[in-house]
Order: sequence, then C-alpha cells, then structure tokens
Amino acid sequence: MNLRRLAAIVVKELRQLRRDRLTFAMIVGIPLLQLVLFGYAINMDVRGIDAAVLDQAGSARSREVVEEIGSSQVLELRYRLSTPQQLDSLLRQGKISAALVLPADFEARLERQDRPPLQLVVDGSDQSVQASARQLAAYPLPGWENRQAVEVVNLYNPQRLAPLNTVPGLIGVILTMTMVLFTAIALVRERERGNLEMLITTPLSPWELTLGKVLPFVGIGLLQVTVVLLVGRLLFEVPIRGSLLELYGASLLFIVASLALGVFLSTLAQTQFQAMQMAFFTFLPQILLSGFMFPFAGMPKAAQWIAELLPLTHFLRLARGIMLRSAGLLELWPEMLALLVFTVLMLSVAVMRVTKRLD
Amino acid sequence: MNDHELVIQARGLSKRFGQLTAVDRLDLGVRRAEVFGFLGPNGSGKSTTIRMLCGLLLPSAGEIEVLGCRIPRDAEALKRRIGYMTQRFSLYEDLSVLENLEFLATVQGLGKAAARQRIAELLERYWLADRRQQMAGTLSGGQKQRLALAGAVLHKPDLLLLDEPTSAVDPQSRREFWDSLFELADAGTTLLVSTHYMDEAERCTRLGILDAGRLVADGSPRELLDALPGHPLLIDCAQPRQAQRALQGSTAVLAMAQIGASLRVLVASADARERIEDALRAAGIAARIEDTQPNLEDVFVSVTRQPVPAAP
Repeated sequence: MNLRRLAAIVVKELRQLRRDRLTFAMIVGIPLLQLVLFGYAINMDVRGIDAAVLDQAGSARSREVVEEIGSSQVLELRYRLSTPQQLDSLLRQGKISAALVLPADFEARLERQDRPPLQLVVDGSDQSVQASARQLAAYPLPGWENRQAVEVVNLYNPQRLAPLNTVPGLIGVILTMTMVLFTAIALVRERERGNLEMLITTPLSPWELTLGKVLPFVGIGLLQVTVVLLVGRLLFEVPIRGSLLELYGASLLFIVASLALGVFLSTLAQTQFQAMQMAFFTFLPQILLSGFMFPFAGMPKAAQWIAELLPLTHFLRLARGIMLRSAGLLELWPEMLALLVFTVLMLSVAVMRVTKRLD
Repeated sequence: MNDHELVIQARGLSKRFGQLTAVDRLDLGVRRAEVFGFLGPNGSGKSTTIRMLCGLLLPSAGEIEVLGCRIPRDAEALKRRIGYMTQRFSLYEDLSVLENLEFLATVQGLGKAAARQRIAELLERYWLADRRQQMAGTLSGGQKQRLALAGAVLHKPDLLLLDEPTSAVDPQSRREFWDSLFELADAGTTLLVSTHYMDEAERCTRLGILDAGRLVADGSPRELLDALPGHPLLIDCAQPRQAQRALQGSTAVLAMAQIGASLRVLVASADARERIEDALRAAGIAARIEDTQPNLEDVFVSVTRQPVPAAP
C-alpha cells in the first residue's frame, strides 16, 4: 500500500465529486432533508385532527365540555353538525378524521354514570388518528375520574388491524418506487448506451420513443396493484369495501402521474446512475410526508403544503377512501383533480425538454 | 441524375461548445457516389461535422444543404434518406441480430414483407445469416460493424455517413468492411467516412483533412500527394533518436518521425539534403540518407504539423 498513491486517489475523487454537482447536492441534501423531516415535520404527538361535533344534547353542560375538548387542540373542531348522516358523509369524503358525539341523553348519562357520556367516532383507516383517539379517551370528565368517560368508536377498522392501514398505502409506495425509477432509467439508458444517437437519425419521433418505452409500465403497474390486493386479501383479509373498478381507475391515474414524473426526471439525467439518484430524491419526501409512514395531521402547515404537491399523498387518500371507507371517486374528486394537474404539469415540462438533437 | 451533382454542400460551417470552437468556418462539397474520407487527429471536429450534417447538432453558424434538404430546417425529411453509423456500437446489445434489424426496419417504415426480404438479403450479404439468433452484445468487433452497417443501409439511403466505423476491428475485418463500402458506392450511394487510419484514407476517392476544426486540405489522394510542399528523406543510422535531436529546430525540416530504426524527415528546400548531412556530421552521427516515396502520412503531417497515430 502506497500512501501517496492512495492520497492522490482521494484528492482526485474529491475533485471529481466537487464537479459532480448532483451527487454533491444529494450528499448534503439527503441528511438535511432527513434532519428536517424527522426532527421537525414528523411529530407523532398528533394535534389538530380535523373533526366535527355532533351535539345532540344541546345543553349548557354539553357546550362546556365541547369547549374544553376543543381547547386541548388535539381535535380541530371544524364542523358543528345536526344529524348523524352529515357525520357519515364527512368521514367518508375524508374531510374529517374524527367526530365528537354528545348523545341526547348526555346529562342523564352523566348522572347515572352507567354508560360513557361522550363518544368519539374515529376514522380507523388512518392509524395515526387511532393513536390520538386513545389520548382523548383518557379525558377526565368531572365526576368520572375513575372511569372512562369517552367511548371510542373505531369506524372502518374496529379491530385496529395494522395491515388495513398499511396495504392501501403500500400500493402507492410500490407504484411510486417502480414507476418513477424504471421509466427514468429506461429512458436514460438509450442515451447512455449510445442508442439514442442512432435512433435520432431515423424517422422515429421523440414522443414515440418515450411513449413506447413508458406504456409497458402501465401494464406492469396495474399488475403490481393486483398482486398487492390479492396478497392483502389472502394473507391479511384486507377488504375492498368500495368499487374495485374505481380503485383501478385511481391506480391508473396515479401510475400515469408517476410515469410522467419519471419521464421528466429522464430529461434531467445524463446517466442511469443520475436517474436513480434523482428518483430516490423524490421517494424520500413522498414516503415520509404523504401520510404513509407518519401521521399527516401531526405535521406542521408547511410540511402539509409540500405533501399536497406530492402525488402519493393524494393516492393514499384515494386508496384508503375507496378500500376502507367505501368512498366513491365522486366524493374524492379533489384528490383525482390534484393527480391530474400534477400529471399534466410534469408532462408539459417534459415535452418542452425532450428534443430530437444531441445538444 | 447528374454524377457530379453535389450531395453535401456546407458553407462557413461552425460549431462552438462554450469557449471551444470544434468546427471553424468549414466549406465542404461532396459529389454523388463519392467515397469521401474525413481525415484528422482526435478532437479535430470530424464527429461534430458529421453530426451537424445529419441534423444531430445545430450549427453555430453556416449553411448546410444535404441531398437538397436545408439543414436544420428539413432535418426530418432528410432522415429518411440518410444512413448514419456511429462511432460507438449503437444497436441494442441485449437484442438478437434479427431483432435489431426487425426493430430498425419497423422504425424506418418498411412494410412487413419488404422488411423480411431486405433483412434476409442483408444478413446474406454481410455474412450474418448464421448469427441471426445471437445477441448483438456477444458478436465480435467485426460482426458488430457489419450488423451496424446492415442497420444503417436497411432503408437504402442515398447518403451514408460513417463516423470512424473501423476503430474497433482487426485489419482483416477492416478490409472486408471497406469492400462492402465500395459495393455501396458502386450502387450509387454517396459515402462520407471519417477515419484516422492512413491505409483507409488512401482508399477514398477524395479526402478532406481536418485540423483543429478547419479543413486544411481537400482533394483526391493523388492530388494531395502531388501538392505536397516538400519531399521525404529516409535517414538510416545507428542512433535515430540522437539524429532527431540534432535536427530539432532546423529550418530545413518540415516534420520528422521515427519509423523503426530509421528517421523519416519531410524537407522543403532543394539544398535540404546537404544541410541535414552537415547537421548530422556536426553532431558526430554517421548516417545514410536516401530519397523515398511520399505518402499520405507526409501530407497529413505537413498540413497538420503534428504526428499522426501509427497505422496498425
């Protein structure tokens, strides 16, 4: 081992690294991103869960209790409802994740102390909300110090089965990983191996090339959805409570959105390795911020805004809504619209960047 | 069609990459059915010029007309009439010989029956018939070149541009490859071939020598030899390296290169022979000096004033 030769290599590598701006940015960017995400955005102590109140008692006492629970900031009481039907509908659309119900015999229950006077209806398709519900269940009502005053009703996932929460999200995560990475790499490979130089002197148009390479992945994506659904059903008994057709429709749109992102990345990368780096760069925020891994409601506003820009966030809501809450695409239209806008934007930028020349 | 019709016409062609001028005000005319050789050291702008001619790169300045098409305006129309063989093997290594050709035939818009017939014909002509199921990546260098050529002429282009097509193949394969090129020229195809091999340059009907992005010589190999400003001498001595050092800086010498145990010197003036004898005697070197036949390497050295890579 010659130390001077070794040092020469180290110096050379550092020089090359400094000139490879992408790798340099990733070296700095990933730890920074992780630090910010884990240290700041990801807050397991969930506050501000979107919620509604159904106060059927309407007494001074009940209003007082609602006021007090609202001030704890665990629930963000956005809606005051008058019928249980409204509550159902808001939950299914995903506009709220929890609802506080004060039954008509609230006062009587308080007196008799036989049944819990408060009911918390929780969207069980989101595991983070379940956790916060337990926190609220310990809410001490005056005179009920020794007994649980809040009855938690876990809608959609009464047994709190983890796969029920994980599988819908997993579809999205797997699609993101494969669709973005494979398209970006497949497209850049042509350039890196020199095939592109030959292809552009043929009548082949760049969009024929791009679409031709991307289309097979639509089929692959739908196949992946099928596999995850089947395995989820067979191993974990994950139900599909909504329409299977609509679930595939949402998946298809998400696949196209991810492919568009992949095509866009391929126009930025020069080598397959760069394409891979870029793809991973987009995975990180998607997996961490979309609500797959950590509760969406627990993130600060800024992180939530970023999450709204990511396709996985919207697909996650679609998948959980359709599979667990039997919501329809019509009710979830804002998520579909978001995916559509993302796709159109990505493709437009990519179209502007794909040229049929080398320079 | 007129045989002397210009197939490629370029005027004031320039290409700059940032600070670097890769091609500098190049004027070029290539006639129909010519085998035009582009000769030049690495980095002299051969590839860049070829890429501009087929519309792959946008010129920084100048005008190009190829097969009557104005480039870059009519680049798309031109693409159906030219074949381009890249420096690097650019077919798919993970597809078989047949699959590659079928893919290209489809891309070039050949009908199914026409494609099948044309592919069979090319496989036969380029000795690839028994390799049709083999993966292109596992072919030998010479076979890869022949496959690339088959792919480039699949649609019977009027003009074939080849960028250093033989840089990775053995001499026997190169000879066979050039036979194929002349076959195409006989059939009326115009060829523009870049190379840095002298023996290949000698085979071209016309040569353009590029140096640092400029066309420094243009003519048939015969014309270029006749126009050589000096004549070459062969100096036989026991210490060719010392002899070279002794002659360094002499105004009589245009260029020098050691060939085996002797020194090849290109001189300009008539009295050069005496001056060289004097210089060697002064350095105490016994040498025998004789006249020798000029070759293209002398031409190349005298116009570019730098050593060329030795022919293998």
